[in-house]
Amino acid sequence: MSKSSTPSSRWLPSLAARAALAVLSLSTAIAEAAPIVEDSIAQRVQACTGCHGAEGRAAADGYYPRIAGKPAGYLHNQLLNFRDGRRQYPLMSELLQPLSDDYLLEIARHFSTLELPYPAPARPAAPQAVLARGEQLVRKGDDSKKIPACTGCHGDRLTGVAPAIPGLAGLPRDYVAAQLSGWKSGIRHADAPDCMAQIAQRMAPDDINAVAHWLSVQAVPAGGKPALAPDRPLTIRCGGVPATQMAPEGAR
Amino acid sequence: MKRGLFALLAAAIIGAVLYIFLPAAHDPGSTAAGADRTAADAGLVARGEYLARAGNCMGCHSERGGKPWAGGRAIDTSFGTVYTSNLTPDPRTGLGQWTADDFWNALHEGRSRDGHLLYPAFPYTSYTRVTREDADALWAYLRSLPAVEQANRPHALRFPYDTQAALAAWRALYFKAGVFEPDATKPADWNRGAYLVQGLGHCSACHASRNAFGASEDADRLAGGLMPVQNWYAPSLTSAHEAGVAGWPREDVVALLRDGTSARGSVVGPMAEVVLGSTQHLSAADLDAMAVYLQSLPVTDDLALEAAAPQDEDVRARAARLYADHCSDCHGEHGEGVKGIYPALAGNRTVTMNPPANPLRIVLGGGFAPATAGNPRPFGMPPFATRLSDEEIALVVSHIRSSWGNAATPVSTLDVQRYRGNLR
Repeated sequence: MSKSSTPSSRWLPSLAARAALAVLSLSTAIAEAAPIVEDSIAQRVQACTGCHGAEGRAAADGYYPRIAGKPAGYLHNQLLNFRDGRRQYPLMSELLQPLSDDYLLEIARHFSTLELPYPAPARPAAPQAVLARGEQLVRKGDDSKKIPACTGCHGDRLTGVAPAIPGLAGLPRDYVAAQLSGWKSGIRHADAPDCMAQIAQRMAPDDINAVAHWLSVQAVPAGGKPALAPDRPLTIRCGGVPATQMAPEGAR
Repeated sequence: MKRGLFALLAAAIIGAVLYIFLPAAHDPGSTAAGADRTAADAGLVARGEYLARAGNCMGCHSERGGKPWAGGRAIDTSFGTVYTSNLTPDPRTGLGQWTADDFWNALHEGRSRDGHLLYPAFPYTSYTRVTREDADALWAYLRSLPAVEQANRPHALRFPYDTQAALAAWRALYFKAGVFEPDATKPADWNRGAYLVQGLGHCSACHASRNAFGASEDADRLAGGLMPVQNWYAPSLTSAHEAGVAGWPREDVVALLRDGTSARGSVVGPMAEVVLGSTQHLSAADLDAMAVYLQSLPVTDDLALEAAAPQDEDVRARAARLYADHCSDCHGEHGEGVKGIYPALAGNRTVTMNPPANPLRIVLGGGFAPATAGNPRPFGMPPFATRLSDEEIALVVSHIRSSWGNAATPVSTLDVQRYRGNLR
């Protein structure tokens, strides 16, 4: 019994060593092949940057807008609007369906803190008259149609106002045209009072086209950061925009 | 006579350990005796709220972004659109004039207060199993909700499905009212799990295939089915090739239902909504009971996977390049995934299932596991519908289905087109 057990007991350590080696080399092989994934919010939101471009700097196709550096409150409101059906885009709605308010806020804050250079503006692709009409609507509005100037809320530099008003400079033409048309036709909504829906409904298709063209050819002012406060107190009430930024009742 | 004796014996044994089921052993309609219980009993209301979670009632009875419980959500069926109803106590547009008996009739018999037959998009084929006691708790909870005035939207169904005669015929064929009967030969947790899965959980509404008339076939087998219109595949809960959990450690089943993710994978698509709105809120004991029951379902492995036909070498090389360019950063060169973050694709049952609805939906639309208390910040997968053509998606999904030991049939460009339609 003891004789027969001797060879096997001699074998045991060597077998164990080989097994250990095999396990080691196997795990080394896996470690080499396994992707290195950092546990960061940037890694968690790869689902966003797939369409909105690396770090949310806008996609090459000219439709998916830049999300990097937009005000956190604005981004959060839009995420909630998509999830809860006030904005319609099936890819976004489906993707956000299982996410919580808190997580969407974390995602919004992440993109709002990214400071990335802006690309050069698009080259003008419309006659001068169209661009002039666009500039007039953006800077002065049109009293005869009760269309207020975009700069009244989005700021004279058109870079938006924290926390909830987005910048307009440098937005893709197709995107701006689609959003204004969506508000006009009732496809896009925001929390009441839905100020942009009221304004878009007063705009003719030519007005929308002119604004979209002119905005798309504007260079983004250095940094492109949203202002911390409005240039002047706001005179139009919008859901999701803090009441503290509004002008007093009598002044509107 | 024999039957009566058996029922008595069963009631005696089970009643001793499972008082919760006792009302089921009596005439289920008699306990409330028509008397409206008020919502004053906070314990009853709280229990009703819990049961409403178990039934995920609010998930359908609220519109996205709308007032909770006020109805209005469109349920698309093969026969047209059914709009869910307002369950708040508003006297004009909600259930303000209903009694506990009216509610019981709806849940148990599928009849509205005025006697008209309800559409089985409201899953009373499952809810009929709910005990009167639980129905009364649900009712107490619904009575406690703030009233919301929001008129119900009329359904938009095609003829003849919009007629009461068609519904009556359907019910004669496919519906039988009856409260859950506990199985005296099974332990209490199995019976509790069966009660939740077959009753309020209405798992068979998705996890059983539907016939040409929209009736679930052999519902309690939970053998899986393609969800009409939505086009997600609710996998078989009995097949080891699909979502059968007989071979899983129990804690993984519980984790999947509670957190939406487990060591064995995550939920996506419609099941993510179920975990988010329902199962993550259930007690540890109830989740354990559901797991016990699901693990006990008879295993059916009749659906042996067809071996994939060998593909052209050039095609394989192109597919492998697509995989390397778009997938391997997260899912690994050999489909091994990243533990706890990105699922392995090698040996992944979701990838190899037939029909290939889910892998295609996930590649096209991307997705997140649900943001639950146990997994509040899930990692996401981007949609590829915007980046890859139908042909490229067919190639890469076929590649994943037939690599690293996976041996499922390839998918075609036509398959991709079919599911892309759900994202428009």
